[in-house]
Amino acid sequence: MDTQAIQHVVQSPNYILEFTYLVASILFIWGLKSLSHPDTARRGMHLAEAGMAAAILGTLFHHDIHFFGWIIAGLILGSMVGAAFAIWVPMTAMPQRTALSHAFGAVAAALVGIAEFTMHAGTMSMFTRSALGLEVMLGTLTTTGSLIACGKLQGFIRGTPVQFKGQQFLNLLIFVGMIGCFGHVLYDPLASGYFYGMVALGFLFGVMLVIPIGSADMPVVMSLLNSYAGLSSAATGFVLGNNILIIAGTLDGFSGFILSILMCKAMNRSITNVLFGGFGSVHHEAGPGATGEMREISLEDAAVRLAYAGKVVFVPGYGLATAQAQHAVRDLANALEARGVTVKYGIHPVAGRMPGHMNVLLAEANVPYGDLYEMETINPELDSTDVAVVVGANDVVNPDARDNPNSPIAGMPIIEVDKAKTVIVLKRGQGRGFSGLENPLFFKQNTSMLYGDAKNTLSQLAQEVKNV
Amino acid sequence: MDPMVLIAALYVFALAAFLGYQVISRVPPLLHTPLMSATNAISGISLVGSLVIAGAYRFDLQKLLAGGSGAHASWATLMGFVAVFTATVNVVSGFGLTDRMLRMFRKDIKKKEAAK
Repeated sequence: MDTQAIQHVVQSPNYILEFTYLVASILFIWGLKSLSHPDTARRGMHLAEAGMAAAILGTLFHHDIHFFGWIIAGLILGSMVGAAFAIWVPMTAMPQRTALSHAFGAVAAALVGIAEFTMHAGTMSMFTRSALGLEVMLGTLTTTGSLIACGKLQGFIRGTPVQFKGQQFLNLLIFVGMIGCFGHVLYDPLASGYFYGMVALGFLFGVMLVIPIGSADMPVVMSLLNSYAGLSSAATGFVLGNNILIIAGTLDGFSGFILSILMCKAMNRSITNVLFGGFGSVHHEAGPGATGEMREISLEDAAVRLAYAGKVVFVPGYGLATAQAQHAVRDLANALEARGVTVKYGIHPVAGRMPGHMNVLLAEANVPYGDLYEMETINPELDSTDVAVVVGANDVVNPDARDNPNSPIAGMPIIEVDKAKTVIVLKRGQGRGFSGLENPLFFKQNTSMLYGDAKNTLSQLAQEVKNV
Repeated sequence: MDPMVLIAALYVFALAAFLGYQVISRVPPLLHTPLMSATNAISGISLVGSLVIAGAYRFDLQKLLAGGSGAHASWATLMGFVAVFTATVNVVSGFGLTDRMLRMFRKDIKKKEAAK
């Protein structure tokens, strides 16, 4: 055989592999497309799973793989831990699990980049080095950033913003240092000291980026970290010359980016404001705030009011998740529907700690998705609503966002529960919500407060309604 | 990287970005949490890069402990192993949780309950 023929035989398995990757890429896109409707979503995702399985199996025949010990160990351990997550993570813990998975994805990308650098730094083209630098910087900062976000959501780290004097300046220094190391490595690929300096600064920058951000802003942070993790995978694709990595990473990156924009719009923040990390800090000067008297309502009165209503709208917030009250809401809604009351749910895009958080919780409690209404659809209906029940939500129903241009959250679109004939607010205590803002809704004539643990209160309400 | 390969890769990136924007804009807010979980699982495809690194070089504990440039290959293998582990966790838990969530989104619950 001449050398060309030998080369052909050696490389031919890669044609099959590349073709497998192509099919897998198409199945991934198909799977994501199927997510445009809940009825088609599951089948589409099964196709994506099949594509993933084919791509992984095909890669095991890659001609560069000679030793299987570590691969098999990693695959088995990873599958066990992954399956445990998939089976046992409760729906209320979805935000922290998602943050952790961003960290895992990013650390994989960063490690692949670092390993590539240690083995091939001398032979890489300038372009490959720049892609590798981006991959490692995004990977490292997303790893630590996501771990901090996960810690805040899980309660390992206090959720309040950590701020100190000169923080922005320090962050700028770290960022410039990281970029400086990157630039040096671009021109001198053998300067591994600078490369590892960039890695260390990347990890540090991730921490600094997320500590000043409060838990209530997590939907934006999560989406943004999602985007960074995806883009770092896409950069890995450029480094390895692997198209499926570019495609999957770009899809992930853009998905995160689109979600961040949606979340920003839902909080009336600009994307630049988010990109430079200077947010979550505006909430301190609460201003004079609303004053007046909050009216408390007894459980029995609330039950009677709900039982004789024509239409009731529930507006859930993060309090629903912390109280694990999704099933209790559903029980109350069942009791009301049995009496002929129309029940709907109004979901604000940033209610909860990640995009779509409330929808998943309510779906878990067997609420049919046809009853879950987006903010734009539910708002025109609130005029004709007899009772709006706010469950553990605060800022997303704060009328100041609409009425008071000096409010820190001015301009943020809200669910206008104050337009309903009456409002019942379920709240743990009289204190302010997370943002520290007074909510004039609570002082309105048609608002009644019902204090206590949301889950208990809702179960008791359901019982009372059945007895009315 | 060969310039033609680079340009082809940029084509792929640009088209994937455009397609991603079109496809993901159509996902309703209802499914945003499953979307995040699904894209996470899909970007776990970086596993294919990790596999090659974890299996390309011979791991030698002695050389690893001796340090220096002789240890590089063993370090790369270890990093590849950790990357295989984390990426596999993402693929398995991402797809598993997406399916678990999507199973919960149903529209016919009321009819079933009424039938009871």
